[in-house]
Amino acid sequence: MPSMMAEAGRVNDFVIKFANVNGTGSASANSLIMKAIFRMGVPVTGKNYFPSNIQGLPTWYEIRVTRDGYAARASHVDIMVAMNAETYSKDVRELRSGGYLIYDSTWPRSALLQRGDINVIPVPLAKLVNETFDGARNRVLLKNIAYAGVLAALLDLDLDVISGLLRESYGKKPKLLDSNTKALRLGYDYVKEHLTSPLPLRVEHMDKTRGHIMIDGNTAAGLGCVYAGATVGAWYPITPSTSLMDAFKGFCERYRVDSETGERNFAVLQAEDELAAVGMVIGASWNGARAFTPTSGPGISLMNEFVGLAYYAEVPCVIFDVQRVGPSTGMPTRTQQSDIMLCAYASHGDTRHVLLFPANPEECFYMAVQAFDLAERLQTPVFVLSDLDIGMNDWMCPDLKWDDAFKPDRGKVLSKEEINGLEKFYRYLDRDDDAIPYRTLPGTSPKAAYFTRGSGHNQFGGYTEDSAEYQVVLDRLKRKFATATRYVPKPVHVGRSNSDVGIVSIGSCDGAIREALDVLTHQKIDVDYLRVKAFPFNSDVESFLKSHSTIFVVEQNRDAQFKSLLTLETAVEKSKLFSILSYSGLPISAQPIVDYIRAKLAESPRLTAVPR
Amino acid sequence: MSYINKPKVAHPSLPTNSLGLTRRQYEGTMSTLCAGCGHDSVTAAIVEACWGLSLQPEQLVKLSGIGCSSKTTSYFVSGAHGFNSVHGRMASIASGANAANRGLTYVGVSGDGDSLSIGVGQLVHVIRRNVNMLYMIENNGVYGLTKGQFSASADIGTKAKRGETNSSPPIDPVLLALGLGATFVARSFSGDKAQLVPLIQAGMRHNGFALIDVLSPCVTFNDHEGSTKSYGFTREHYHAAVEADFVPRTAEISVDYPEGESIPVSLHDGSRVILHKLDPSYDPTDRTAASNYIGRKLKQNVYVTGLIHIDETGTTEFHNLNRTPKAPLNSIPFEKLSPGAAALDKLMGRYR
Repeated sequence: MPSMMAEAGRVNDFVIKFANVNGTGSASANSLIMKAIFRMGVPVTGKNYFPSNIQGLPTWYEIRVTRDGYAARASHVDIMVAMNAETYSKDVRELRSGGYLIYDSTWPRSALLQRGDINVIPVPLAKLVNETFDGARNRVLLKNIAYAGVLAALLDLDLDVISGLLRESYGKKPKLLDSNTKALRLGYDYVKEHLTSPLPLRVEHMDKTRGHIMIDGNTAAGLGCVYAGATVGAWYPITPSTSLMDAFKGFCERYRVDSETGERNFAVLQAEDELAAVGMVIGASWNGARAFTPTSGPGISLMNEFVGLAYYAEVPCVIFDVQRVGPSTGMPTRTQQSDIMLCAYASHGDTRHVLLFPANPEECFYMAVQAFDLAERLQTPVFVLSDLDIGMNDWMCPDLKWDDAFKPDRGKVLSKEEINGLEKFYRYLDRDDDAIPYRTLPGTSPKAAYFTRGSGHNQFGGYTEDSAEYQVVLDRLKRKFATATRYVPKPVHVGRSNSDVGIVSIGSCDGAIREALDVLTHQKIDVDYLRVKAFPFNSDVESFLKSHSTIFVVEQNRDAQFKSLLTLETAVEKSKLFSILSYSGLPISAQPIVDYIRAKLAESPRLTAVPR
Repeated sequence: MSYINKPKVAHPSLPTNSLGLTRRQYEGTMSTLCAGCGHDSVTAAIVEACWGLSLQPEQLVKLSGIGCSSKTTSYFVSGAHGFNSVHGRMASIASGANAANRGLTYVGVSGDGDSLSIGVGQLVHVIRRNVNMLYMIENNGVYGLTKGQFSASADIGTKAKRGETNSSPPIDPVLLALGLGATFVARSFSGDKAQLVPLIQAGMRHNGFALIDVLSPCVTFNDHEGSTKSYGFTREHYHAAVEADFVPRTAEISVDYPEGESIPVSLHDGSRVILHKLDPSYDPTDRTAASNYIGRKLKQNVYVTGLIHIDETGTTEFHNLNRTPKAPLNSIPFEKLSPGAAALDKLMGRYR
């Protein structure tokens, strides 16, 4: 084999990319490797770049081994496991100089694909597997486990850890456990016998994953809905939000089914489309259940009319938008943050909606709970703006925690006794001077009854076409949105410095920004950072914008939607905002942020980072 | 249409139901529809039906979409919560509301535009879902609020007020519902209160989705010569195949019904419907036969009315299939819904 280029100091800090064919069972091998590294105490992230396809198209999985615990995608590849002939040339090109290419040497490699500046590691995987196992499908699946064995040897992974993982997966199926273990050893032993191992890029035990889990945002959000006490979920299947409802349903089957009677304390309605899905959520919430729908951009487009009804008739509803690449069908399996404006002002007429921006799966869990509290407190739709990167990729997060003393905020719902104490109940009256009216639930008493409508209504709940009466309600709704600033989560100020240069961002950009800040700090560039967690923006956002002279707004869309929202909804001077945009469909990485900020600060002396 | 609100005073001589309530206590706000509108007769029939059932007003939930028909939910039972939603989408609101609380009685009122054009998708799927509700279509073949366009139930050859002739085939909600497996399908005429009231009562007590298509002429835009949805045409062409008597749970059946012509059907709450077959060849429990019969009659320009099909087994009703507990989902205490800290700590092991 070619000489290994010396690579000192790259222990627990490198990127492996797997180039696979969709539907060949590679996912389990890739996650086996990731979990093994995680269990060795080394922080790790996994990014799945998959096609909108069931079988046959190229798919990639990227594992970043990151001793510093960075959550973002790295923008380079150190080790390429090239298992897809179709993308081979592209995959080889992507490898950084000095990197390692692992390929199946059962068949000869085209000379055209040679690169002198990389290390090539040939392993006759198909040959090894075909000689050991029978059955075409079986061979395809086990070839993946065999390359996991190759990597285990090359990266010096702990075989006991891997065996433990295999036992957990196949413990109840001894035949599968046996074949998987055999396949793993096949790859492992081949390396030990024929190649030099481990590589300079290798994994060493650490103790930095204790108290942490590997979880995706949709699972965490679905779990959050269970903990929030949601009983009705309505949805129409759409990538990348489907797994959120799958998770909710799975957890409900575990926690909400009476073991004696088999009765289920939940209802999941698979609607005919997203219009119906959100209609069901509105109907259920109006009737006193905590209800939600998970969807993605195209679904939000369809839901617009109903969202306006919920806003105007003041019905709570929780909508998870796991954003994907638009416009139109776009790239359904790629990530973006491009529904910000769509959600902020969804529906015709004057409407504004509460948005929550989780940055990772951990926040998906807590914000799911928060979303129901906010929706019921404010009697309005609440959007949780996750994205495909958060929703479908495995992130390392601190253990999720629950406080048994938690009491949900069901908002201003009048009981029968309270109703009877009133002379008369008026649905849209601002009795507490906080612009939030009281509501009642069907079935309470004839005195509690009111007529919910999306047509013009006055503060007493009656139909109106009277200008003044209409405006009283519309103006109160505006005040209610201001009230919302008291309830939504405050931004996170990562107070690194007192520099007057700042970054403002949302959601899944967080990992890349934190990494960029580290790099900039090393380069003696001090930048402050505020991560906004909700819309409407509260005073902390306003004062951060005010107190920094140069502000980089980082977001993952083409049109700087978050920046637009800031300029529309705060007093910030537009000229001091500079956009850093990533909209390729891949999760944002730190490098472009560093590059942009350095270039911008260098190009204009006015923009030099100076202490405030 | 009335111009003055009637005071809600219960005259001592007004009859009361078993709750001690008079019919007036089942009324709603003043109708704003045209004088003579068929929909107001339907409203009156609903008031009569609810009074007759001695329904607690707050146990009723009224739902509608948009259009003349959808306004009517405001005109009956003001002691019930009402939801006038968006055009063609009442069915999803009803599905969600019913999922949250299975204990209430759900009545949706819609029209032919609301249900057969913009809302046909939601109608189709609420039938498939078999949500326990009564869904009434006040069917007049025309758009009223936008002034006289044909709806999807307009017959071929029917004439609009301005002379235009419809050439697209109609969607018949009864045939649609039969084809989709609805477990209670009826048709009636707004002018036949005697037929309509027991149908509404039986539909409200049916365990599953109940559809009543009510031919309800539009006096302003579709009551002229050449229209097949006018009062005159409807009176001449409707044909009662099966009349239904509704017998509340508490009442005894006092009349002997002749064998073969009358079929008693027990509803899940203990009440009964007695079906009288006016057409001896007709079998309302046989869905396929019912569908063929209705289709054949429609070709002859005959609207078959009455309880056209009933299946009271309730096996496919939404909550039965979902295995929801008897207690409404919205009443289950938070402690039973949220699994708690210990469960979460344990669950974390799965993600390491």
